[in-house]
Amino acid sequence: MLRKLLIGTALATSFAFSAHAADVKEVQMLHWWTSGGEAAALNVLKQDLAKEGYAWKDVPVAGGGGDAAMTALKAMVAAGNYPTASQMLGYTVLDYAAAGVMGDLTETAKKEGWDKSVPAALQKFSVYDGKWVAAPVNVHSVNWLWINKAVMDKIGGTEPKTFDEFIALLDKAKAAGVIPLALGGQNWQEATMFDSVVLSTGGPEFYKKAMNDLDDESLKSDTMKKSFDNLAKLVTYVDPNFSGRDWNLATAMVIKGDALVQVMGDWAKGEFHAANKTPGTDFLCYRFPGTDGTVVYNSDMFGMFNVPDDRKAAQVALATATLSKSFQSAFNVVKGSVPARTDVPDTDFDACGKKGIADLKKANEGGTLFGSLAQGYGAPPAVANAYKDVISKFVHGQIKTSDEAVTELVKAIDDAK
Amino acid sequence: MSTVAETTAKLTPEHDTRPGASVRSRLQDLLPKIVLAPSFAATIVFVYGFILWTIYLSFTNSKTFPSYDITGARAYQRLWRWTFESDPPSSWYTSITNMGIFGFLYILICLALGLFLAILLDQKIRGEGMLRPIYLYPMALSFIVTGVAWKWFLDPGLGLEQTLHQWGWTSFHFDWIKNKDFVIYTVVIAGVWQASGFIMAMFLAGLRGIDGEIMKAAQIDGATTFQLYRRIVIPLLRPVFLSAFIVLAHLAIKSYDLVVALTSGGPGGSAWLPSNFMYEFTFKRNEMAVGSASAVIMLMTLTAIIVPYLYSELREKPR
Repeated sequence: MLRKLLIGTALATSFAFSAHAADVKEVQMLHWWTSGGEAAALNVLKQDLAKEGYAWKDVPVAGGGGDAAMTALKAMVAAGNYPTASQMLGYTVLDYAAAGVMGDLTETAKKEGWDKSVPAALQKFSVYDGKWVAAPVNVHSVNWLWINKAVMDKIGGTEPKTFDEFIALLDKAKAAGVIPLALGGQNWQEATMFDSVVLSTGGPEFYKKAMNDLDDESLKSDTMKKSFDNLAKLVTYVDPNFSGRDWNLATAMVIKGDALVQVMGDWAKGEFHAANKTPGTDFLCYRFPGTDGTVVYNSDMFGMFNVPDDRKAAQVALATATLSKSFQSAFNVVKGSVPARTDVPDTDFDACGKKGIADLKKANEGGTLFGSLAQGYGAPPAVANAYKDVISKFVHGQIKTSDEAVTELVKAIDDAK
Repeated sequence: MSTVAETTAKLTPEHDTRPGASVRSRLQDLLPKIVLAPSFAATIVFVYGFILWTIYLSFTNSKTFPSYDITGARAYQRLWRWTFESDPPSSWYTSITNMGIFGFLYILICLALGLFLAILLDQKIRGEGMLRPIYLYPMALSFIVTGVAWKWFLDPGLGLEQTLHQWGWTSFHFDWIKNKDFVIYTVVIAGVWQASGFIMAMFLAGLRGIDGEIMKAAQIDGATTFQLYRRIVIPLLRPVFLSAFIVLAHLAIKSYDLVVALTSGGPGGSAWLPSNFMYEFTFKRNEMAVGSASAVIMLMTLTAIIVPYLYSELREKPR
C-alpha cells in the first residue's frame, strides 16, 4: 500500500515537473556587474528580455568580484548545474568549450549575421570548433591616455604623437610640480601599461608576434629590451606611494588634477563620467603615443552553456538581445566601452566613444586589432599571469635590468605554456 | 584474546538479567558512536579524503579542471626548480622564504609578548578586568578587518607617516608596506597585534593555575622574582606553551586573508605566502596540478614540524 502510494506520488511529481518544464521562461545569469553604472547598464538587457516575457534571475556569488564568480561557476559546472549564461573572459570561454559544456548558438548567429558584424579577432574567443558558444557584449581597449585638461593647459602641453614627445610632456608636468603619471602599482595595471609600451616601441607586427604568438625570437629581441627600458623610463614619473594603489584611485588623481595622465583601459572613462566630467572640456582621451590606428582589446562575453532543451529558448532570446544594436549602443554608452559589432551607429556616444568605434572599425579592417596580453586576451591565463609577474617584478626592482627582464620573460612564458 | 572472550562471557549474563535494561544499556553503549558517526564520516571524507585527492591531482596534468590521468611529477619538478631561483626570486621562492620569516617572528613575538603581558597583568593590579579585554579584543576581529585597518595605518600617504608629517616631524619615514624587502614584516606586525592578546589570555589562565604554595616556598627560600619566573613559573607553563604554539602555528600557515587585505600580495608579489601561491595557481592561473603540489608540500612541511614536537611533548605525560 505504502509502496503504491510512493510510486503514485513519484509519478505525479514527475508529470508535474515535465509539464512545468515545457516553458522555462527564465534566464539564469552569473555575472559580477553589481555596482553603479554597470548594474544600470545591465538593467537595459533585463528590460529588453522582460518585454519578451523572460524573467531574469541572478546567480548569487559570494564576494562579488570576478575571481569569486569564476570559482562559483567552476563549482556549478562541476555539479552539472549550468547557468543559462555567464559573464566570461577570453580563454575561459575556450577552456569551458574544450571541456564540452558550452551550448551551440550557430543558428542564431546565422540568422542575426554575427559572422559579418562581430570583428574576426573577437570570434577567436566566441566561436569554438566552428560553433558560436558566446555572445560578446563589448570591446574595451587598453592603449589609451587619460589626461586632465586643466593641468594640460596649465603646463602648455599638446597631444604627444611619439614616445619621446610623451616623455617631454611628462617632464613638463614634473617641472610644474604635478605628479606626471598616475599609476597603481598592482601587477595587472603595470602589465596593461606595458602592453601599450610594447605596441608603441615595436609597432603592430611586433606586438602580434611577441604578445599573441609568443614568438621566442621576438620576446628575446632588442625591441623587447627597448620596451622594458621605456617602461623603466615611465616608472620614474610616478609618485613614491604608487605601490598597491587601486586603478580607480589612480584615475581619481587625474580627475582631481593631482596627476596629469593615466595609462589605462577605457573603463577609466566610467570614473570620469561618475565625477560629472565631459570629454574635451574636462579631460582628454588620446591613443597611447605611437599606437594610433591599432587597438589592443579585451572584451566581456556572455558564455552560453549547454542547458537542457526546455531552457534553450530563453538562452537564444538572451543571446539575440545581447547582440542587438539597441542594447549594444545603450550598454556601451554607460560602460565606457564600444559595441562588439561594427555596424552600430555611434550617435549616442561621446567624443571618446566615437573615436573608439572608428578606431575599432579601422583596426578590424586593417588587421591591427590585437588581444591584450595583460587582460588575458593574448594568451591563456597561465601565460598571462607569468607575464604580469615579470613586469611587476621589473617595476618594483626584483628584476634589475632589461636584459634580465627579457631572459626572465622568455623563461616564465616557456614554463607556463 | 582468550581473556577478552572470558570477560565478555562473564559480563553478558549480568547484562541479560533484565531484558529491558539490556536494550537500554546497549543503546547507551552505542549512543556515543551514533552521535559521533556523522562528524567522523564528514572528517574522513572532507579532510582526509580530499587530502588524498589533492595528492592525486598533484601528479596529473590538471589545468582548469581536474584531470585524472597520472602524468608524473612535473609539478613537483617545477616547484623544486623554483625553490632555488633566488635572483630574481621566483614566486615560490618568495612564498617559502616569507613563510619562514613570518612563521618564526610571528610565533616567537606572540609567545614572548603574550607571556610578558600575562605576567604584568598577574601582579594583582587594579583594573585588570578592564585591561584584559582591551588586549583580547583584536582576536575578535577577522583577518580582513585587521588587514584593512593596518593597511590604512601603515600607508605612507594616509596613516602614520602622513599624520606625523602634519604634526611637524617631517623627517619621519616609514614606508615598509610599499617596500618589497620589508613588506612581509608589516604582515608580522598586524598578525602579532591580533594574536598576542589571545596568547596573553592563555598564559594568564596558566599562571592562575599555578599553586601559590610553590611560589611562597620559593620566596621563603630566598628566590628573587626573576629566578622565581625563570626557574619555577615558566617551566610550569610548559603545557600552555604547547597549546599556544599549536594555535599560532596553524594561524601562521593559514594566514592568506591577512596578506591579501593588508598588501594585496605586495609590490611585485613580494608578500606572498605559500597559501597565496596555492590559491593563485589553482584558481587564477588554471594550474591545478602545481597548486595541488604546493598544497601537499605545505602539508608535509607542517607535519614535519608539528609531529615531532607533539611527540616529544606528549610522550612525557605518563612520567
